[in-house]
Amino acid sequence: MAAANGGYYVPHGTKWPIMGSIGMFTLLGGFAMLLNGNSSANWIMVAGTVIIVVMIIGWFGTVIGESESGAYNAQVDISFRQGMLWFILSEVLFFAAFFGALFYARIYSVPWLAGEGAGGMMTGPLLWPGFEGTWPTNGPGDIGGTFGTIPAFGIPFINTVILISSGGTVTLAHWALKNNDRGKLCWWLFVTVALGLLFLALQAYEFAYAYGDLNLTLGSGVYGSTFFMLTGFHGLHVTIGVIMLLVMLIRSMRGHFTPQNHFAFEAAAWYWHFVDVVWIGLFIFVYWF
Amino acid sequence: MSTSYGAHADDHHGPEPGLLRWLFTTNHKDIGTLYLWFALIMFFVGGFLAMGIRAELFMPGLQVMDPHLFNQFTTMHALIMIFGAVMPAFVGFANWLVPMMVGAPDMALPRLNNWSFWILPFAFTLLIGTFFLPGGAPAAGWTIYPPLVLQGGANVAFMVFAIHMMGISSIMGAINIIVTILNMRAPEMTLLRMPLFVWTWLITAFLLIAAMPVLAGAVTMLLTDKFFGTSFFNAAGGGDPVMFQHVFWFFGHPEVYILILPAFGIVSQIIPTFARKPLFGYESMVYATASIAFISFIVWAHHMFTVGMPLSGELFFMYTTMLIAVPTGVKVFNWIATMWRGAMTFETPMLWAIAFVVLFTIGGFSGLMLAITPVDFQYHDTYFVVAHFHYVLVTGAIFAIIAGVYYWLPKWTGHMYNERLGKWHFWLSTVSVNVLFFPQHFLGLAGMPRRIPDYAVQFTDWNMVSSIGGFAFGLSQLLFVYILVQTIRGGERAADRVWEGAHGLEWTVASPPPYHTFEKPPRVTEAEAHG
Ligand code: HEM
Ligand SMILES: [Cu+2]
Repeated sequence: MAAANGGYYVPHGTKWPIMGSIGMFTLLGGFAMLLNGNSSANWIMVAGTVIIVVMIIGWFGTVIGESESGAYNAQVDISFRQGMLWFILSEVLFFAAFFGALFYARIYSVPWLAGEGAGGMMTGPLLWPGFEGTWPTNGPGDIGGTFGTIPAFGIPFINTVILISSGGTVTLAHWALKNNDRGKLCWWLFVTVALGLLFLALQAYEFAYAYGDLNLTLGSGVYGSTFFMLTGFHGLHVTIGVIMLLVMLIRSMRGHFTPQNHFAFEAAAWYWHFVDVVWIGLFIFVYWF
Repeated sequence: MSTSYGAHADDHHGPEPGLLRWLFTTNHKDIGTLYLWFALIMFFVGGFLAMGIRAELFMPGLQVMDPHLFNQFTTMHALIMIFGAVMPAFVGFANWLVPMMVGAPDMALPRLNNWSFWILPFAFTLLIGTFFLPGGAPAAGWTIYPPLVLQGGANVAFMVFAIHMMGISSIMGAINIIVTILNMRAPEMTLLRMPLFVWTWLITAFLLIAAMPVLAGAVTMLLTDKFFGTSFFNAAGGGDPVMFQHVFWFFGHPEVYILILPAFGIVSQIIPTFARKPLFGYESMVYATASIAFISFIVWAHHMFTVGMPLSGELFFMYTTMLIAVPTGVKVFNWIATMWRGAMTFETPMLWAIAFVVLFTIGGFSGLMLAITPVDFQYHDTYFVVAHFHYVLVTGAIFAIIAGVYYWLPKWTGHMYNERLGKWHFWLSTVSVNVLFFPQHFLGLAGMPRRIPDYAVQFTDWNMVSSIGGFAFGLSQLLFVYILVQTIRGGERAADRVWEGAHGLEWTVASPPPYHTFEKPPRVTEAEAHG
C-alpha cells in the first residue's frame, strides 16, 4: 500500500503505528498494575510485548521490502539519516539525565550531607553526625547495608576493550560493504555481534557477582542507584544494538544492501558507536574515578 | 536537499474510507486535524478541572471538594493543558502548515507521524484513568516533586508511564518536523526565506528533542525510587530531593519555551498580513528565537531560588534569566514595529494577535519580577506565580493558538468563519481572561499561597472576582466550538489567498488544499516569501 510517484515516495495507510500504541499501552498499563501488586498483570505485559514485537517485525518488514524494491529515492534516504541522528541525540540526553544525577550526588548532595558547602550546611551534620561523605557511599542512613565495588581494571576494562574493538570491527564491515566484499562484510558483522554478546555476558556476570558477593544492589544508596541505572540502561541499549546488528547480519547474508545504498546498516553502526561512547563515559565516571 | 523530486502524477490516492482513514492515515493534513481535535477535547477536559478549581476558590472554606481532590484537580489541570492541549495543538499546526509552507508534498516520515499522534490518546487514557484508582489521580502538582509525589499510591506508576508515552510521542513528532524542514523544502525555499512559523518550529523541535528525554529520565528515577529501592531523591541514601528539581527544571524551563516559540511563530505570520507590511526585522527574529532557545537551557534554577542553593548559583540564574528578556524584547519590538504605520485592519485573527502582544508582555514583565532572586523569596509559590504563567500561557500560547485557528481555518476548511461571532468570542475572552488572572497578581503579592483549596478571609474579594472571570472565560470558549463547527459545516467560500495581505506558499494553493498539496516543488519568489 505504497506508491513511488515519479521519485517522491508517499506511503499510504499503515496499520503498524496504531498497533504499536496498543502494544505500548498494554505493556505499560500491565507493568503499572504489576507494580501496584496485581500479580497476574505479568500476562498483560506478555501480551503487550507480543503485540510490540509483531508490530516491529511487521513495520520494519514493510520498510525493508520497500527499500529492496527500490521505492526509496535519495531524499527519503536523507530523511532516514537525519531522523536517526536526531533520535540518537535524544538518547544521549536520556543518559545525560542519569549522568547529571551521578555528578550532582558526587559534587553536591553527598558532600553537603557531610557538612561541606558554603557557610557550612548544618542539616546533614545535625541529622547525621559523623557521616564522612566519601564516594562510593550508600548515604548516612547506610541504605542497603555495607557493600563492595567493582574495580575498574577488571571486567569493566576488559569490556571497554571489547566494545572499542567492536567499534573497529563494525567499521571493517562497513569498508567491506563499500568494497562490495560480501564475505568480509558478513564475517566482520558476525565478529561485531559476537563481541557485543560477549560484552553482555560479562556484564551479566558482573551484575550477578555484585548482587551475590559484594552486596552491591540497586538499593545500595545513591551509589547503587546510579551504578545500576547507568550500566543497566546502557546494557539495555547494547542489547538493542546487538539485535540491530544481528538483523543487519541476516540481511547481509540474504544479499541486501549495495555499496551505495545501505542506510540501515549505517544506522545500526551509528547506534553501535553511540553505545560505545556512552560506555567510555561510564567506564571513566562510574567505574574508574 | 534532494534533486530527484518528481511529479506526483500517476496516482491520486485519496483517503481510505470511513473510520479507518483516521486510524491508518499517513497524510499530514489528516494527522494535523487529529492533533487539533485532540487538543480541543483536552482543552475542555482541562478547562472543566479549572472550573472546579475556581468554584472551590470562590469563597474561603471548603465547599465543592475536599482538599485531596482539589490537589488532584490542580495537578491534572496543568498536566492536561500542557501536554494534552497546548503541545498537541502546536504539533497540529506544524502538521498542517509546515509541509505547505516549505513546499513539500507531506511530512518526511509519514508513518512515524501517524504514530506520534496515536500514542497520545492512549497516554492520556493512562493518565486520566488514575482519577478512578483508589487514592485518585496524581496530586502533588504538575512539577511532581518527590517525596510528596511518591506518596501518591497507585497513580504513580500510571502517571510515569503516561509521561513516558507523551515523551516518545513528542520526540518522534519533533524529529519528523525537523527532518521535514531540513530535508523537504522546495529547492527555492532557502532557510532565510522560510516563514517565521517554520523557523520557530525548527527551534522548538530541537528543544523537544533535547528536553523531553531528560524528563523521561527524571520520572524514571521517581519510578525506581518508589518501586525498586533506589535512593536518587532520598537523603538517607546519599541522594537529594532537590536533585529532582534540578533535573525536572532542566526539562521544565525549555518546556515553557516549547509552549511559546510556536506561538511567536503564529503571531509573526498574522501581524504582517493585517498590517500589510513585511515583518520588521525578519532575521533578528530568527536570531532572537535561537538565542532564547539557547539561553533557556541555562536558567532552570530560577524556579528554585528558595530551595537552597549556593549564592553564586542564585546570582548566576538571576542574571541568565534576565538575559532571556533581551531577545524576548527584540521580538515584541519587532511586532510593534511591523504594525507601525501599517495599513492595519482588525479581523478576528489580528485582534487575538494584538492581544497576544500586549498580554504576553505583561506576563514577561511579571517574569522579570520573579527573576529577581531576593524578590522571588516573597513571590515564590504564591498566586503571583500563577498569574505570571497564566499570562504567558493563556493569553500567550492559547491566544496565539486561537489566533492561528481563525487565521488558517478558512484555508483548512474552505469556508470563512463568522466574523461577527469571532469578534464576540475575542472580546468576551479578552475581558474575562483579565478579570480572571489580573487580580491573582494582587492576591500573590498579598501572600496568598498557590495550590491551597482554602484561604484567609482577606483574600475573598479578589478570589470572587477571579472566579467570575474564570467562569466567563470558560463559557466564552463554548462560543469558539460553535464557530468552529459552523465553519466546518458551511459558510462563505474562502478564496485561495484568504487574506489579501497574506504571503507564503500556503496561500498559493486552493482552499481547502488538495489531499497532497504539491505535486511538484513550487517556485518561491522573494515577494511570496517575505511580502
Ligand atoms: C521574560 C521571560 C520570562 C521570565 C523572566 C520568567 C521568569 C520566571 C520565574 C523566575 C519563574 C519562577 C517563579 C517562582 O516559582 O517563584 C517563572 C515561573 C513560570 N514561568 Fe516564567 N518567565 C518568563 C517567560 C515565561 C514563558 C514564555 C512561559 C511559558 C509560556 C513561562 C511559564 C512559566 C511557568 C509555567 C512557571 C511556573 C512553573 C511552576 O512553578 O509551576 N514563563 N517564570
Ligand atoms: Cu522558567
